[in-house]
Order: sequence, then structure tokens, then C-alpha cells
Amino acid sequence: MIKKLPETLDGSVLFNVPLPADLAGLNELAPIIIKQHYAVDYLHTFGQDSPFFAGLANGKLLGTECPQCGYRYGTPKGHCTQCGARTRWFELPQEGQVHTFTVCYFGSEEFLPDCPFVLALIEWEGVNTLFLTRLLGVDPQAPSLDWVGMPVRARFRRNSKFKPTDVYFVPR
Amino acid sequence: MRNVYVVSGGVSKFTKARPDVTFQPMVKEAYDYILNDLGLTQPQAFELIDGTVCSYFSDHFARQLMAGIMVQDYLGLCPKPSFRVESGGATGGVCFQEAYKQVASGYLDVCLAYGFEKMSHVETWKGNEFIALASDQDFDYPVGGFYSGYYAMMVVRHMHEFGTTPEQLAKVSVKNHRNAFYNPYAQKRLKLTVQEVRDSPMVAYPLTRLDICVMSDGAAAVLLASEAGLEKLRQAGAQLAPAVQVAGIGRGTDAMRMADRPHQDFDQFFARNALPSEQTAETKAYYRELFERGTHYPGVHSFRAGRMASREAYRNAGLSEPLKELDFVELHDAYTSSEIQTYEDMGLCRYGEGGQFVDEGYPFLSGLDYGLELAHPGKLPVNPSGGLIACGHPVGATGLMQAVFALWQLQGTIKKHYGGDGTVQITQAKRGAIHSHAGTGTYVTVSILERK
Ligand SMILES: [Zn+2]
Repeated sequence: MIKKLPETLDGSVLFNVPLPADLAGLNELAPIIIKQHYAVDYLHTFGQDSPFFAGLANGKLLGTECPQCGYRYGTPKGHCTQCGARTRWFELPQEGQVHTFTVCYFGSEEFLPDCPFVLALIEWEGVNTLFLTRLLGVDPQAPSLDWVGMPVRARFRRNSKFKPTDVYFVPR
Repeated sequence: MRNVYVVSGGVSKFTKARPDVTFQPMVKEAYDYILNDLGLTQPQAFELIDGTVCSYFSDHFARQLMAGIMVQDYLGLCPKPSFRVESGGATGGVCFQEAYKQVASGYLDVCLAYGFEKMSHVETWKGNEFIALASDQDFDYPVGGFYSGYYAMMVVRHMHEFGTTPEQLAKVSVKNHRNAFYNPYAQKRLKLTVQEVRDSPMVAYPLTRLDICVMSDGAAAVLLASEAGLEKLRQAGAQLAPAVQVAGIGRGTDAMRMADRPHQDFDQFFARNALPSEQTAETKAYYRELFERGTHYPGVHSFRAGRMASREAYRNAGLSEPLKELDFVELHDAYTSSEIQTYEDMGLCRYGEGGQFVDEGYPFLSGLDYGLELAHPGKLPVNPSGGLIACGHPVGATGLMQAVFALWQLQGTIKKHYGGDGTVQITQAKRGAIHSHAGTGTYVTVSILERK
């Protein structure tokens, strides 16, 4: 049984409020709270990481590797953090393992409609860093520590949105 | 470097929303608390304070750039020198350390550090989004930006590596809410059971709502001084409590994307990240075995930044055995999981032993009934204030709030400042650590405070 109405950010448009004639009591006046909207469109560049997104659009998962020290990045880095050299691109295997995961039953406003969803970090043999992704094809109502180490494979959206969610993983 | 002393501190009551004021008067409440504590008028304080450092985390929450200078003005501290610091969740801890440096360097004799956050301007889910803007916007945020989810992934790995259990996490929640029961400034003063923590709504597996700190409106301020500054305050008639010195500070960092963090082997870990207290044959053998079973460092289960900040702070304060030499710790428990992970980073126990540290009762206050069977309560109380989980986490104020509560513990003035209730006063507390931590362990500060 619902006993409390949810608070929402819609309501009436108000153009005036009463002001007491006696100014002496104004320090005790209740605060006036208004709604302020804020929205921006940015011209965002993926810069040196752009090939990663081009890769996703073409069904490939790209990482970078250091030609100097051999460090391999599961999420691309334009320069090697270990030795400073410019990295080069390589194709990551589309099969990997779950390094760790969680199920989000709540979240940020943008992702509330997706709840519950599974976040996972993917690891690959011979790759030094991980990759954050959504894991599908598991029951979000029955998470288990056994999911750590699960063999998974990449799937790609047919119509790319140029977001890292153009790729996601499912159990192999 | 000169000796630096923490002279006084104040906090506003942390609460879900303060629609009655804008951010400036909220900071003034904390500042006025200091003036009242020292028995100084504002014009007297103006003559004594050489400069300030301001901390607030989010321009999005504030929806006001340059909010710091508006506080400086409201406190009547213009035209004194000032600047704002921002370092995510560690903003308050960094503010404290930057104020320390102003004094230690000889630039200022008396420096005020103040910080605030007003998070009630948006709904919780929008607030989650604002906080998640402090994750990589190209690779992490769009996948499902949510800090509780990030920390949940970290503790799942901790559970996998070390056998940490959700019940051990829940015990931290019971402890911190119970400690806060006696703290009049805390937002959530609750007596809970492990079962109640586990039964509360799941937010991000395995973290429930009671494993996670809440958004808050609040402010805190701390006054620091050199020996010359103390003398000036004394001359002006300030009522000074027993002196508390900043014995040493340390800071560490790690990659924003936890996916990018290294997975070092045993030799790399032991050479680069082990603490002096871990340089024994027994501990070396313990770690060798742990790494042979597959552990790498830091991976995503541990906060290397917290380890390095601790190591530096202990070195600067001349500590070698933190578990024995500290009387309490106020650490950044944004999550119950990160409290357990932080025990290990700070060397209060070894990596892998954080869960057991809780089961043994070490971080609990002795003489307080938590409704739990604890073998050794009070070995090293952690978050006697209630921490972020129970006090609230108005980001820019949080690290300074820890300094205030630590100061009162070391002065032995908890009862006075808690409205006559000294239940959580640690008897004869001589040395404490404060630990401030930014998202997933990117910036971490540790400062050691000591009663002289
Ligand atoms: Zn390299």
C-alpha cells in the first residue's frame, strides 16, 4: 500500500508570493525554492582514441600496445604510461574472461531505465589492463561470485552509437 | 618545515538538505564555531588569520563557479590571500594538507581551511550522475556511470581474492552508525543489526543502501597555526585547548580508470609498495604465498594511492608500527567495503586480512555494545565519529570534518563538543590518522595528528 506520494520536479508556474508588511520577521521566512534547467550540447572529440570507436563500428575491439616495452592496453592509451612511447593499435581477442562484476539495481539518472544491469571488467591473457563493459545473458536477480572468471565473448551493435556500449559481452 | 598545530575546528550539522541557507552561511556556522571555541570576535580573528584555503568538490552541484571567493567575502576575510582546491572526494583532505603547507612553509602563521558541499540542489539519481562525471567520460561513464557500481566491482574482486564476506561489510555499517549515535553532528544516528544492513535494498551487488554513505549538505572549518601563530592567538586572548600538532602528511595517486591499474607481481609489490612494518620474514612469506595463489597488486581490489599516502605520512611522522602507534583512525568510508580495503592499505593489517580485522573487533570502540560478539574491541578504533557512512559526505567538507573530530579526540574535548556526551571519547588518545580518498582511490591523503 502506497502511503507516501513521490516527490517530483514538476508543478505550477508561480509568478508572485505574498510579502509580510512587517519586515522584522523576514529572517524567519521559509526559503523560496525554484526549478532551474541546465542543458548543454558539446562538440566532444575522441581525439587519439577515435580509432577505438571506428573499430567498434566495424565489429572489432581495438587495444593499444607499446612498441618499446611491450605493455598491452585493454582500454586504449595513446602513449605508454610505463615508458612514455607512442603506442600502436592491435586487435583484442573477442573472447575473454570476467575479472570482476556487479549488478546495479539503482544508478545515475541517465541509466535508471536500464536497471538492473550488469557491469563487468574483462581480462585477457597477455593483456596488461582491463576493459569496462555491460554483461548480458546472466540473471541480474541471481548474482554469484562464481561469475568471476566466466569465459565471455564480445557482441557488437549493428548500428553504432559511437559509445563504448557499442560492444558488450555475453557468456561463451 | 615549521611545526604546524591544529588550533580549533567546527562543523555545521550535516543533513540531507539545507534549503534555509545558501552555501556561504553554512560555512559561517563552522567558522563561527571556531570563533566561539577560541573566544574571539570576528574583527579579532580577521586581524589574526593570515589567509585561507577553500574546498568544494563539484561545480555541478554548486552551479556556481568561483564559489570559494563568495565564502571568503561572506566570512569577512577579503582581502586576505586564498585559493580553492578540488581533488574529488579527497578535496577536504587535500584542503587540510594545503593549509598545513601554507603554515609549514613559513608563508602564513595562521591559516583557516574551510570546505562545504550542497548536494541537495538535485535529486539523488542526478547527484549520482554528477558524481559519476568524475569517471572517464569516453570509456567508463557511458557504460553505466555509477560510483556505487564501481566500488561494488572492486569489493567483488576483494571477496574473490581474499574471502571477504558481505557480513563483514555489514559489521562496519553497524559500527559506524552506532558510533554516530552519540555524534550530534551526524546525519544518520542509528542502532542497526547485520541483518538489517543486509536486508536493506540492494544498490549494487553486494552493497546495500546501508553499506553506502549518503549525500549531504554541510560545512567544516579548521584553524591551523605555526608556533608564532599560536603565540599571536594567545596574545589576543584566545582560549587554547591542549596543542595538537600535524606530525606528518602523505599523499598518493592512481589511475582514474580502474581498468588501467597495474597488476604487479610479488617482487614489484614488495619493492615498491610494502610498508616498513611489513618488512619481516613472516609477512614476506605471507605475501609470497598470497601472490603465488594468483593475487596481483593493486589490481582493482586495493587502493595503491592509499598505501602510498600512508607510507609517506608514516615516514614523515616517524611511525613504523601504525597498529600500535595510532590510537584511532578517521578514514574515508564512502563504502563499508572501502573501509575494509583501507585497513589493508594503511597497514593496520595485511592485504587479505581486512575482513578478519573486523571480525576480531579491532576497529570497534571498547565499552560500546554493538550487539556483536567481538573478541578484541578497541585495539584500534576506526571512525569513532561515525565516518562518512553515518555522518554524511558533503564532499568538500568531509576531509575537514575528519580533522575536526580527530582534533576533539586528541584534545579530550569530545564531551564538550558533543553536547555533554563523551561516550565515544577515546581515553588518553595521543595520536590519530585522518584519511581522505577520491573516487575509486585516485587521490588519497593521510595526515597524522598528535597531542603534544
Ligand atoms: Zn612502454
